[in-house]
Amino acid sequence: MARIIGGLTTSHVPSIGKAIAQKEQESPYWKPFFDAFKPAHEWLAREKPDVAVVIYNDHGLNNFLDKMPTFAIGAAAEYHNADEGWGIPVLKPFRGHPKLSWHIIESLVADEFDITMCQEVLVDHAFTLPMALMYPGNIDWPVATVPVMLNSVQHPLPTARRCYKLGQAIGRAIDSFPEDIKVVLLGTGGLSHQLDGKRAGFINKPFDLWCMDKMRNDPEALARLSNHEIVEKAGSQGVELMTWIAMRAAMTGRVKELHATYHVPISNTGGAVMLFENNPQPHAIAAE
Amino acid sequence: MTFGAPIPGTPVFDGDAAVKGYALNKMCFSFNAKENRDAFLQNEEAYCDKYRLSDEQKQAIKSRNVLQLIAAGGNVYYLAKFAGIFGLNVQDIGAQQTGMSIDDFKAYLVSQGK
Repeated sequence: MARIIGGLTTSHVPSIGKAIAQKEQESPYWKPFFDAFKPAHEWLAREKPDVAVVIYNDHGLNNFLDKMPTFAIGAAAEYHNADEGWGIPVLKPFRGHPKLSWHIIESLVADEFDITMCQEVLVDHAFTLPMALMYPGNIDWPVATVPVMLNSVQHPLPTARRCYKLGQAIGRAIDSFPEDIKVVLLGTGGLSHQLDGKRAGFINKPFDLWCMDKMRNDPEALARLSNHEIVEKAGSQGVELMTWIAMRAAMTGRVKELHATYHVPISNTGGAVMLFENNPQPHAIAAE
Repeated sequence: MTFGAPIPGTPVFDGDAAVKGYALNKMCFSFNAKENRDAFLQNEEAYCDKYRLSDEQKQAIKSRNVLQLIAAGGNVYYLAKFAGIFGLNVQDIGAQQTGMSIDDFKAYLVSQGK
């Protein structure tokens, strides 16, 4: 059976792409953020996952307002990155895992999630940069991928509770996939930031630290937040917290934090990285 | 609206904004492609006409003013592609919207980490 070995949540600001391209990982500005991935690199090298399920929000590369899916899942054999308009390098294509994608889709729809299924997805920086952070050095991507997009652009946005339940359902879906593969989860976005309006530049360190604490110990508390509360406390783009919530809920076993970093600012954002290990529940071991 | 009480200085891109800003956002979405960015730069007015921007939206595009663009229905994710044409990043547009200098805006970001 497939097994979720854990996962990573991280900010995904586009300037990470520029920092990588210009080799600024060791500069005083970027070092605290890039250093946060060293434990993840060791963990990934040891655990060797086969597939990454990447829960993120598209920023207007793949999805436009003409048809805006609340939840969309890629089911293609390959995903391409493309020009997003402001000049970060386009990364090489990513391998898909259509069988796992369709299994997740089947399972989610049976679970009453009316998701959008996609045979083509242009994956944007929110997908590509976390992959480049996990697997640096422009190597061939060692994992297949499944993109999961949550709408963070057009209100009404899905509620935190709904994203939490979606995550739980994704977790159940992966756990029931019959092939013997290891799956790593990514939740990308946040934490607090606001790009638009007179409150642009708003960052809320106490709230971000509270969210990270709840990710560790009490993820249900995150599901109880309203979107109004999230916008107020985390800024208008802080709603990307939804990707963290879904990712955390998808870890169905005993969850242990391996690493966490919080550093302000990266670009306009509270830069946060968390690495988790997910161990099967005791009853799951007994069932095997 | 169902979203709740307004949050000062914080636009919420709801259905009303989406309706109002559709043409503007559609044009900005087109700026993902270099050929479209080039076409805009070559003849800005013709490009705005092609996307049927309202007078308010055309004026906002002309002004390069982000708050005006948002008031005209623009969504920041698409507007960022417009800003990208001029090499402006999110610190530049943050400084513009808050009326700070770029250095002051960057210092404000850093101060929130203390």
